[in-house]
Amino acid sequence: MKNLSDRVVARLQAEMQLPDLSGTRYNLVRFVASGGMGSVWLAEDTVLKRRVALKVLDLAAPGGDLDVRLFREARILASLEHPGIAPVHDAGTLADGRAFCCMKYVEGQTLAEHIATLDLRDRLRVLERIAEPLDFAHARGFIHRDLKPDNVMIGAFGEVLVMDWGLAKVGLTSPAGEETEIATAVQPTHNGLGVTGQGSVLGTRGYMSPEQARGDVEIDRRTDIFSLGAILTFMLTGSAPADLPAAFGSVPRPLRAICEKAMALDPNARYRSAREMTADITHYLNGEPVSAYPEGLVERSGRVFARHRTAVVLVAVYLIMRVLFILFARR
Amino acid sequence: MTRHSVVVAAQSNDPATRSWAIGVIAAAYWRPVYKYVRMKWNIAPEDAADFTQEFFTRLLEKEFLDSYDSARGRLRTFLRTCADRLFMNQTRDSKRLKRGVGSAHLCLDFMEAEQEVAAELLSGSPEDSFDKEWVRSIFVLGLARLQASCASGGKLIHFELFERYDLEEADPKPSYAQLATEFGLSTTDVTNYLAFARREFRRCVLDQLREMTSSEEEFRREAQVLLGMKVT
Repeated sequence: MKNLSDRVVARLQAEMQLPDLSGTRYNLVRFVASGGMGSVWLAEDTVLKRRVALKVLDLAAPGGDLDVRLFREARILASLEHPGIAPVHDAGTLADGRAFCCMKYVEGQTLAEHIATLDLRDRLRVLERIAEPLDFAHARGFIHRDLKPDNVMIGAFGEVLVMDWGLAKVGLTSPAGEETEIATAVQPTHNGLGVTGQGSVLGTRGYMSPEQARGDVEIDRRTDIFSLGAILTFMLTGSAPADLPAAFGSVPRPLRAICEKAMALDPNARYRSAREMTADITHYLNGEPVSAYPEGLVERSGRVFARHRTAVVLVAVYLIMRVLFILFARR
Repeated sequence: MTRHSVVVAAQSNDPATRSWAIGVIAAAYWRPVYKYVRMKWNIAPEDAADFTQEFFTRLLEKEFLDSYDSARGRLRTFLRTCADRLFMNQTRDSKRLKRGVGSAHLCLDFMEAEQEVAAELLSGSPEDSFDKEWVRSIFVLGLARLQASCASGGKLIHFELFERYDLEEADPKPSYAQLATEFGLSTTDVTNYLAFARREFRRCVLDQLREMTSSEEEFRREAQVLLGMKVT
């Protein structure tokens, strides 16, 4: 067999990367991104005439753990119908044996790109919207386990989507101890093991809770609360949470306290739910006290003044006028 | 044999099994080793050729491979390190690069490899060259598998189409319609045959790689490099 030139090798490599879509309803448009276990491609659904995202594993391994994980992700997405979660349309195996799943193609920006132009209040509102699908998933018994800025997309119309549920897991030990029917329906059955491997460490350092980093099996939704706190920290400081505490700089103390409570090393010291955490954010935005931050008298006075500035000024003017009136009346 | 046949067989005590396995490893690695030592140590072509022969002879004698532990690293990295170690030992001992009498001699086309080295000496590192040659060698071995598979399955025309369209340097490439006329097929057949050949080529290349890796984890990581999805 003759040797191959560099050009031919490069061409063959490029061809081998392409998913084999023969026999499917999809036409390949272009490469989008690659991840740890596969690549995402933009494709056209020739039946419905719309663009979709195809997540395709790099290698064929029928029945292997990556296949099982991809199909589990597809089933989880199928069971989580929420405007903040990109819907899945299809899943299966290509002619070349590689597993794929077809999802809504989200055109937009990553969280980091989006918040660069936002002021503090708008950033906090984005965080509230990240927490909504998360709270929704938690209520159905799922934990995401890989929340980070890269996994949050902002769509063309400002919609906030939590992406990449590939590491999602059924949270069997939520604080309330509940386990929902939906979560039970996508329980892993592969050899009776969780597909992410019991006791194995999966996630992203810096955004992963300490218990997840230790490989604890008994993790619950509070691991996502930690990650949500890490995302809030990133949104407030522009730095990865690993750089704390110096990076907080001029961040208001109540917001810093919210980050610290969400990222407490002890899961019991964290917010019990994403909703509880966003309630504190909403309180802050409304100029109300936040549960994570016990404020002193001066700070409380300052906050009340800031919140009711007009009323306070009017009362102060009234009192001054009243005092002056009394003084002049005595003369 | 298990999926790790070549690496396991190369550590076997049975001379015939070991010889077969080293032959397979040599087929995939002789070019990377030859070009690597030519580039890294800047030695003469004939010395690099002798060194390459010596290297695989030592492998056959189990001198290196006995210490290979797949849990500690990839075979590719291990062999490159062994080449460095052998070269430095030989330099230190100031020995000529001679093969022992009666030792195995592999039939390797150093002339062709040398022509390629001339162009590569000016660009890239020896390590990059080693990895690039490794990819090329696995592809060449995968092609041989594809050809054999097509021949035995009565689908040699699929391979010939693949060779004509994907392996030739022609610029511009022939159109599917031109190939259809040339091979006496319909354009749809050309499309389907090429799709088949490409799918089979991918499978053959990955099968070849699977044989030459020691674990599923190593296979996955090497496959991503081989397919150009990840850098080394």
